[in-house]
Amino acid sequence: MDGFVAKSLPAPTARKLWQRDRAVQLALVWLTVVLAVVVFADRLAPYDYAALDLRHRLAAPVGFGGDVAHLLGSDELGRDVLSRLIVSIRMSLLIAFGATLIGASLGTMLGFLAAHFRGWVEQVILACVDFQASMPFLILALAVLAFFGNSLVLFVALLGLHGWERYARVTRALAMSAGAQGYVMAVHQLGAGPWRLYLRHVLPNIASTLIVTMTLAFPDIILLESGLSFLGLGVQPPLTSLGNMVGYGRDYLTRAPWILVLPSLVISLTTLSISLVGDWLRDRIDKTLS
Amino acid sequence: MMAAPLLRAEGLVRRYRLRQGVFRHPVTVKAVDSLSLSVARGETLGIVGESGCGKSTTGRLLAGLEPPDSGTISFGGEPLPAAGHARWRRLRTRIQMVFQDPLGALDRRLTIGEQIAEPLEIHRLGSKSERADRVKTLLVDVGLRPDHGARYPHELSGGQRQRAVLARALATDPDLIVCDEPVSALDVSIQAQVINLLADLKEQRRMAMIFISHDLRVVRQISDRIAVMYLGVIVEEGDPNLVLRDPLHPYSQALISAVPTPGAGRRRDRTVLQGDPPNPAARPRGCAFHPRCPAALPVCAQLAPELTSAGEGRRVACHLVEAAGEGRKETV
Repeated sequence: MDGFVAKSLPAPTARKLWQRDRAVQLALVWLTVVLAVVVFADRLAPYDYAALDLRHRLAAPVGFGGDVAHLLGSDELGRDVLSRLIVSIRMSLLIAFGATLIGASLGTMLGFLAAHFRGWVEQVILACVDFQASMPFLILALAVLAFFGNSLVLFVALLGLHGWERYARVTRALAMSAGAQGYVMAVHQLGAGPWRLYLRHVLPNIASTLIVTMTLAFPDIILLESGLSFLGLGVQPPLTSLGNMVGYGRDYLTRAPWILVLPSLVISLTTLSISLVGDWLRDRIDKTLS
Repeated sequence: MMAAPLLRAEGLVRRYRLRQGVFRHPVTVKAVDSLSLSVARGETLGIVGESGCGKSTTGRLLAGLEPPDSGTISFGGEPLPAAGHARWRRLRTRIQMVFQDPLGALDRRLTIGEQIAEPLEIHRLGSKSERADRVKTLLVDVGLRPDHGARYPHELSGGQRQRAVLARALATDPDLIVCDEPVSALDVSIQAQVINLLADLKEQRRMAMIFISHDLRVVRQISDRIAVMYLGVIVEEGDPNLVLRDPLHPYSQALISAVPTPGAGRRRDRTVLQGDPPNPAARPRGCAFHPRCPAALPVCAQLAPELTSAGEGRRVACHLVEAAGEGRKETV
């Protein structure tokens, strides 16, 4: 009996693992680059993102007939696209990161509250969840931005409200089913308080699902931010974000596609990478799956 | 011998409301019906009965995990506080519960050692290094190696997991452990090991134990006293050898005759019960057992029998036994 150790399932073939891992590796490399850009944006950007260079308006990128002064070309006001891209990446990622964290914390907390107290607390929280889920978020966002004006903090908080109901629902359901499992009962009867019970035991056990939800929500928020900025309700000029660049570059789609194509590419690659890494992270966190 | 008992329960009742369909009235199920018992310090009480007879509910009530609808439980002379109370939380160091499924009872995200240290952390007992030492001692006490502490639950076998659960329950040196079917999920060879371990532990630590099981042999092996339950009431209680060799209550007789004996072949004297297994939602009037009782009297359908002494420290709840007892008295 002493020597007995539960055997894990047969490992996936080496080739499969390598292929999947390579995708994850590429995604990790991309995310590292993006994070480096976020951290060192000020030093990396060759120009100020708002500096005009009217003599070089709509300059093409290097290799498409442009010169080295603007590596990725310039926009209709002669602003350097590379510099704007770097600053936009920082802005968009900070917004998405902040908003995802706000949404996840808020939703998880409310989900735990609903699962712990049940009764009318749960009913109120579920009513809010249903309200949030049935309300088109764009309308809510428009209303809030119209009434309170636009500031970056408000904008991040607003985006944080997007998607909290998903975490709340998932957390409530998982916490309730965890409550029916032995370990929660066992820890409860040891005398543990709700903080220890939910943060030390339930949260790690349901974290894999929440992380997947987060990696699904993160691209959503990037896209939402892009959408709102595209509509002119998000990040306001002279500040710039990826969506903002796509939105304003639309008018020059035929004459200067680089203004729009590059930020779009960054959005796609980043969201894809986050999904891949999130999937990989879930497998890693779940020690029983490896 | 009858010093103040460690645990005394009087007239416990626990009802559950059962909804059967959206538009039907909820049915009240009495899982436990005016049950009284007591456990002395260092004593092991075995509770046996078929599934659905309220054994597990009784265990949770006695461990203070669920409040009774009526009746009182006192532990060490004081009433059990309500769950969630600070006093209730402190009491958790003195009453511990061990559940049936050891894998479910362990958090699969934490190592065995972390989980055994958890009751010590919760109740702020000892310093960090003292806790680590204590975990090692406990692991050895329950027959594991200290290096098992670094493993995760899924890396242990079923018997090892139950040992780990026991180590966690013992961490605070409780006065009472309520074991709810602790070995039913294990295979027979491991069952014996865990039972022997439990017997040793209770001997060494002089703690009281309530041992709930449907397996009569297991209960006999470990109990100082056993109680047979049927539909939420105790029908017979006493020394395990007396009750199991010479059961007085017709239900105990049927239960004990149903235990298979190796090599005995088909026994003639087996009492096979008639009728359906009991439904707690439709409890019969009078003695709950009378519809299936092979020797029921007219009075059994009218009046629920009280648990009365039947000599030699036994108590039985049956009109037949009472009648026989009075008959005996008259002849003497």
